[in-house]
Amino acid sequence: MKGNVIKYERDNIDTDVIIPGQYLKIHDYAELATHAMEGLDSEFHSKVKEGDFILSGKNFGCGSSREHAPIALSHSGIKAVLALSFARIFYRNAVDGAFLLPIEIDENAYKNISEGDEIDIDINSNEIKNITRNQTYQMKPFSEIIGKIIEAGGLFKYKPD
Amino acid sequence: MNIVEKILARASGRDSVSPDDVIFAKVDKAMVHDVSGPGVIKVFDKLKKQGINVDKLWDSSKVWVAEDHFVPSAEKISAENIVKLQNFTKNYGIEKHFKYGMGQYGICHTISHEEAMVLPGEVYVGGDSHTNTTGALGAFACGLGHTDIAYVLLNGKIWFKIPETLYFKLNGKLPDHVMAKDLILKIIGDIGTDGGAYQTMQFGGSGIDEMSVESRLTLCNMTTEAGAKNGIVEPDQKVVDYLTKRGASNITLVNGDSDAEYAKVYEYESSEMEPTVAKPFSPENTVVVRDAPNVDLDKSYIGSCTGAKYEDLEAAAKILKGRKVKIRTEVLPAAISIYKRAMENGLLKIFLDAGVTVGPPTCGACCGAHMGVLAKDEICISTTNRNFPGRMGHVESQTYLSSPLVAAASAVTGKITDPRDLN
Repeated sequence: MKGNVIKYERDNIDTDVIIPGQYLKIHDYAELATHAMEGLDSEFHSKVKEGDFILSGKNFGCGSSREHAPIALSHSGIKAVLALSFARIFYRNAVDGAFLLPIEIDENAYKNISEGDEIDIDINSNEIKNITRNQTYQMKPFSEIIGKIIEAGGLFKYKPD
Repeated sequence: MNIVEKILARASGRDSVSPDDVIFAKVDKAMVHDVSGPGVIKVFDKLKKQGINVDKLWDSSKVWVAEDHFVPSAEKISAENIVKLQNFTKNYGIEKHFKYGMGQYGICHTISHEEAMVLPGEVYVGGDSHTNTTGALGAFACGLGHTDIAYVLLNGKIWFKIPETLYFKLNGKLPDHVMAKDLILKIIGDIGTDGGAYQTMQFGGSGIDEMSVESRLTLCNMTTEAGAKNGIVEPDQKVVDYLTKRGASNITLVNGDSDAEYAKVYEYESSEMEPTVAKPFSPENTVVVRDAPNVDLDKSYIGSCTGAKYEDLEAAAKILKGRKVKIRTEVLPAAISIYKRAMENGLLKIFLDAGVTVGPPTCGACCGAHMGVLAKDEICISTTNRNFPGRMGHVESQTYLSSPLVAAASAVTGKITDPRDLN
């Protein structure tokens, strides 16, 4: 899966900045997407392209259980968020609803991948190739259940053993 | 096994479970509100188009519904969401729907304890992150997104990874000027907003034994702000009495074994606790009130599932009795039952005499939705749970999180004030 990176070099990007509370009444996904990241980056909606990735630090998606957060990012075109760590509800919402891939990365990848870099994520080999910089990083493999739910295409398509 | 392991072992039909085991747990109670409910309806519509049967819920008697985030409706989208929710409960035969303008209603987490919707030992999931609150009753209470809740409503079960447990031990009774809110802010300041990530935060020790059920609810409520999967207190006679008074029966207490294991134990001395605030823009950004910045406040907000239970209003009233507020101050009791008790016991008169506006139960301005949101550059002291940028209104407004005692004392002076320092 190839795409370009939008980088937010900070920790604790919370659900209130991913999609502010005043928009929680909206359940039209296209409209929600126009407000994605509004609390942090008013340019996001104009610069994001289909297939882009977000790169960020620790505890991405902390705060609320609002599924609006992965939905707003996904309907903006974001296919994966790469972060040093994720808050639990954002992580499970992203996977169970099959909105986007939450990819846990290490400090090496976080430091070396820059805004605009083109990268290629391979969740089978757990490798991230930086095409722009000709570098390769490891991603943290998904746990067994997460891998199976992703493979199935979300929780409703997953058949427990 | 500790209490959470015991509850989840029972719910998954196993003799025992250990941290990192992945299980499917049978759910005892599930809740949606006017934000997660319409989300569930949208998931159901999509499933229907895929040919999946959504005609019946797993058990309508175990599902309950709250109207809290966008009531009273400020505009038509919110109004339509309430109509959707009402049609949903009608179609699926859900009887426990707490409706705005029809007797008891309030913030979902407050209803969970005021109406004894959840009992000790149960697995309770809600479409809201602060579902953790209800763990104070000795249940496994965990917040989920609306896809997961839709799955629960149809299947009656959901997957969990068994969490490790962090044990927070409080020695001795908290002093009068210190509330549970101060303690949980102190803890979040110590461990950070991901300090409990994916884990259980359990509270115990003599200080917790001494604490009221409502104070324990405040502690568990804000485990969410440390990233925890759930918060929990082992249930005791106080919980039984609290729930029995609210109509519950057949309460069975589940407790951890004496050799239960914890990933880490933190100890706190009540005598060392101080009134504490979290500065903008994170709940972990804590400082004791006497060292807080000397800012001019614009507003004091006493509301939300965290800070508008009866006990919270009582604390604010103790400060505001016979005094006047110097800044815009709002009190929004978290449920009608609390509103009514506040009226019967004279608290509303104290608030109104002090110049406070008393509003209806709503999540309202706590999540920046409506009813009293902040303007650019405004500074608010608030008994709520989050202070991220834009949380309570404009992205350049600021919120300090505090106990009701501190929010009331600050309302009187217009500065962040330790209740001990009021004249």
